[in-house]
Amino acid sequence: MPLNLAFSAPLLLWGLLLLPVLWWFLRALPPAPQRRRFPGIVLLDGLRDRRPEAERTPWPLMLLRMLALAALIIGLAGPILNPEPQEEAEGPLVVLIDGTFADARDWPQRLARAETALAAAGRQGRTAALVQLTDLPPGDLIFQPAEAQSARLAGLTPAPWEWGPEVVDLAAKIPEGASVLWLSDGLDRPGRSDLAAALGGRADLRVWQSPRPLTGLSAPVIEEGRVRLDLRLSAPDPGRGVTVLAIGPDPSGAVRELARAGVTLGEGLVTPVSFTLPAELRNRITRFEIEGGRGAASVALADDSLRRRKVALVAEREDREGLQLLSNLHYLREALAPAADLSEGDLSDLLRAGPDVVVLADVAVLTPDEEAGLIAFVEKGGLLLRFAGPKLAAAALPEGEDPLMPVRLRAGGRTVGGAMSWGAPRALAAFPEDSPFYGLSIPDEVTVRAQVLAQPDPDLARAAIAMLADGTPLVTRATRGAGQVVLFHVTANSDWSGLPLSGLFVQMLERLTILSAAPGAETAEAGGRAFEVRRAMDGFGRLSGGEAFPAVQGADLAAARPAGAAREGLPPGIYAAPGSQLALNITGPERQFATARWPAGQVIEGEATAAPPQALKGWLLLAALIALMLDIPASLALAGRLRHLAGAALLALALPGLSPDPAMADDRRAVAATSEVVLGYIRTGNTDLDARSEAGLRGLSLILTNRTTIEPGAPVAVDPESDELAFFPFLYWPITADAAMPSPAAYRRLNQYLQTGGMILFDTRDGDVADFGGATPEGRALQMIARPLQIPPLEPIAGDHVLTRTFYLLQDFPGRHAGRSVWAEAAPPDAERAEGMPFRNLNDGVTPVVIGGNDWASAWATDARGVPLYPVGRGFAGERQREMAWRFGVNLIMHVLTGNYKSDQVHVPALLERLGQ
Amino acid sequence: MTERMALRPQAEGFAAALPPLMAAAERLAASVLTGGHGRARAGRGEEFWQFRAATAGDAMRQIDWRRSARSDQSFVRETEWQSAQSVLLWVDPSQAMSFAGAGAHPPKSHVARVLALALAILLLRGGERVGLLDPALPAGAGLVQRERLFQALEGLSSEADYGSPPAGPLPARGRAVLISDFFADPAPLQAFLARAADQGVRGALVQLLDPAEHGFPFAGRTRFESMSGALRHDTLQAGDLRGAYLARLEERQALLSGMAAAAGWQFHSHSTGAPAASVLLWLYRALEQRAG
Repeated sequence: MPLNLAFSAPLLLWGLLLLPVLWWFLRALPPAPQRRRFPGIVLLDGLRDRRPEAERTPWPLMLLRMLALAALIIGLAGPILNPEPQEEAEGPLVVLIDGTFADARDWPQRLARAETALAAAGRQGRTAALVQLTDLPPGDLIFQPAEAQSARLAGLTPAPWEWGPEVVDLAAKIPEGASVLWLSDGLDRPGRSDLAAALGGRADLRVWQSPRPLTGLSAPVIEEGRVRLDLRLSAPDPGRGVTVLAIGPDPSGAVRELARAGVTLGEGLVTPVSFTLPAELRNRITRFEIEGGRGAASVALADDSLRRRKVALVAEREDREGLQLLSNLHYLREALAPAADLSEGDLSDLLRAGPDVVVLADVAVLTPDEEAGLIAFVEKGGLLLRFAGPKLAAAALPEGEDPLMPVRLRAGGRTVGGAMSWGAPRALAAFPEDSPFYGLSIPDEVTVRAQVLAQPDPDLARAAIAMLADGTPLVTRATRGAGQVVLFHVTANSDWSGLPLSGLFVQMLERLTILSAAPGAETAEAGGRAFEVRRAMDGFGRLSGGEAFPAVQGADLAAARPAGAAREGLPPGIYAAPGSQLALNITGPERQFATARWPAGQVIEGEATAAPPQALKGWLLLAALIALMLDIPASLALAGRLRHLAGAALLALALPGLSPDPAMADDRRAVAATSEVVLGYIRTGNTDLDARSEAGLRGLSLILTNRTTIEPGAPVAVDPESDELAFFPFLYWPITADAAMPSPAAYRRLNQYLQTGGMILFDTRDGDVADFGGATPEGRALQMIARPLQIPPLEPIAGDHVLTRTFYLLQDFPGRHAGRSVWAEAAPPDAERAEGMPFRNLNDGVTPVVIGGNDWASAWATDARGVPLYPVGRGFAGERQREMAWRFGVNLIMHVLTGNYKSDQVHVPALLERLGQ
Repeated sequence: MTERMALRPQAEGFAAALPPLMAAAERLAASVLTGGHGRARAGRGEEFWQFRAATAGDAMRQIDWRRSARSDQSFVRETEWQSAQSVLLWVDPSQAMSFAGAGAHPPKSHVARVLALALAILLLRGGERVGLLDPALPAGAGLVQRERLFQALEGLSSEADYGSPPAGPLPARGRAVLISDFFADPAPLQAFLARAADQGVRGALVQLLDPAEHGFPFAGRTRFESMSGALRHDTLQAGDLRGAYLARLEERQALLSGMAAAAGWQFHSHSTGAPAASVLLWLYRALEQRAG
């Protein structure tokens, strides 16, 4: 396609001539110098520039500036790609708008095109007339100033119908020499070519139409249990994907999309779309529409053809009050009730109610009236569904063909799998392909024990739509007039077969029952009734109340439906008569769309220039701006001033990478703390005390490694304010008199730590001067600190506490001091001594805190070689005390890590007994 | 003012980084920078020099009785002649010194004054006498002198673009330290050094240069101006001048170095971008060198 470019201010383009001048001018102009204070200037004295000629702007920068300037000039000249053709004509302008539903899809563009034409005519001082072909003005055309006509444009809406051949008369009203702009909807219809020909003879005709084919959505049809719609196109559009939405109220009543189906259009003009929907959902659907489609043609309204069937159930009068589950109709009711309206009663009454389906369950004898009524019902398109049974099997069969039986039956019937027959109950064969049941899966448990048999007949195979495994017909069908007769050769209850008990029965009924809604059935009965317009659709496919429309005759409606021939007074929409609802859809079942044909040589606008006009001014100005923005750093670089900027930018980029990542440090710490057992101590901030804690835990770790299977890593200082506590099974917390209160966040961590199995050993280190609970400064500090902690009731460690025997047998817990009172979680009040055991059956779990003042860390403390750091006691007795302190530490860590399993010794007798020893 | 107020703590900081002279006994033994400098000859002083046989004229109380008792002769205990060294400092007060190129380093003047003061503190702590050449401040010792030096250095300023050492008389056999960028005309400096050599004054030249003066990181069309604006130099492509500038700088440094060597002085060039402690250490070593 050649570049179609126009300028709104072409004179500005002369400005481009200035570019060479500017080139010369700018090239001669060196960049401004930068001033620098520099003491080293004395050394520069007398130095000459290597290139003595005047510094010139380098050509790439010049080019950039020239391009910016050129883009500016061209942009201001207002270039337009694919401009609207200019109207240059004399005489009045007539704008013809088809104004049909097919216009709706691009109605704004049409109005815009008309607006453009009218505006152009207005500038030229021409008069204009505006005609919507679906709404022809009575009398002559009224020519007004074009401005007045364009004010009318906003009031136009597309009609939901098409214009008829009578528009040809319009040609005569158009004055000779007028120019006509025909905004066509692109569909061919009678009268179009005539009018075009007539106009072509009188006036300058220009035609605008959209190149896109119209896509219509035909009325939904039920086929084999699926809802099928046709996408009908005015021209093939292969490869385009179309999505069809099913819309209706959801269970809460809100109208929403219920289902969607996508299809890719093929070469043909008709593409089917089908929905497989449960009956319940299908009944909710009020309309289908093409997603993104606009206009009445892309909407298909659902009516009774999708709605619930009326099913009349008739059974022979029961002599006795039968058991519910044995009733012939019970399973039918259960199966049909969700999807159909059921009615029961006298057959002749039921027939008058106009059912869609009549079910006769083992009814053999009909009165002549009933028989005649049934025959008429079937001939008109009804479905007669019959079930066999003892009565039918025993009935006297009429000679010749029975119109209410699909096949002739043999007297008697047969029983298989009974006491007197050989052979097991028969299963069903797979459904043949031409059967409406085709594709349904057959459960294994469906067997047939008894059935009525059909007379062998050449047509029997054709009539059979379900067969037993041995080929015996089980369900037969025959067409009678517009309707059909279907016979199940078994009972409708479970006497003869398991079929009514299975889900298959429901599916078979569903398919059969829905089959009854043959298109045209309603149409056939519509004649002669008056329908009121319940909902009317406008050209855009929007529904509104139909109160404004008078009632229509059923015959008119029925005539209009196949082709969707809506007209004024008969809009597309929902029509209702007592007992039935009919939809009039634009895309009726017989509707065909075709592309409009124009006289040879007629130029069609809108197709050739599919690309809309595009103003390039903004883009060019943007390009100029970008070029100038690029020029700034380039100029700075040239003047040597970019260095700082670049440095700053580099620094900004590098800075995030330089700062140490605290998360990584945390991770390393977490890995270190979790790769082995690590004892932790709370960092108090007192350097001496922290060193002592660390040495103590180091000594304890050493003792543990030497004596037990616990081999802890190096102890770690922990700050509850910032560190994760969960990694440590045990925390040592020495309390000083001036200890700071942890923050609420730290308390949250500590409480969580205590609740999730951690243990804290509080050490007030004042066991030499006070028992625990004494009012030493450390004791008070501990009380202050521990108050917000969730600590269970405490008691002095009892003689049978598990801490006394987790590794060593201990009775006291000395540290550097040998204070007696060490406290731990209290035993439950109901703990009692187990039979034959020296200790009570104590609480499960680990005490979350141990509190004392024996300054254990000092007693434990060793240097890296295991030499004790601080004196304990005097002489050998002191060393003994230190050993006891270590043993307490071992017991404590054992208790932390193994819990109370030593307490479980109480269960040993019971366990041994259970083992039978 | 804050910069000035910061001058002294900073100088003290530098001085504290080096071991106080009196405290480092081993170094004192090897160093000439002790409170009294041994003159390798007998004289007034504290340190033992030699015993010599008493001759006539020696006062009775000079006889070392302990030594004399071991023999029949009388001996006199002579001590080494010691005298305090006087060091004169000169810090270039010119405008050029107030230059600081791009980057986070202080102007040269600041570095020069910190350096001078730190050296003075070190020397004073070692018992030396320290004074200033310009403004003239006679060499003195003690804390009061430190105060005076601080005051004088703080008030240092000049309208001139470049500075040269003053032409006044020099105390004989003293030491001098000149801190400047030595961008000025080298003739006055040469005269000064000649005079100093005549009078037996030794010392060190410390050339302080900004990193920009070391590297000449300029490009593009530039108008260079001296700090007072008196001198101008236009260039269209500053980057092209770099090579020539650096060559001239090297030439100038070679000249200074040669002049210093001829007068028995030492020369050191220091960039203000580098830590000042290094140049202080260099000065410390340079002054340590035994005269003669």
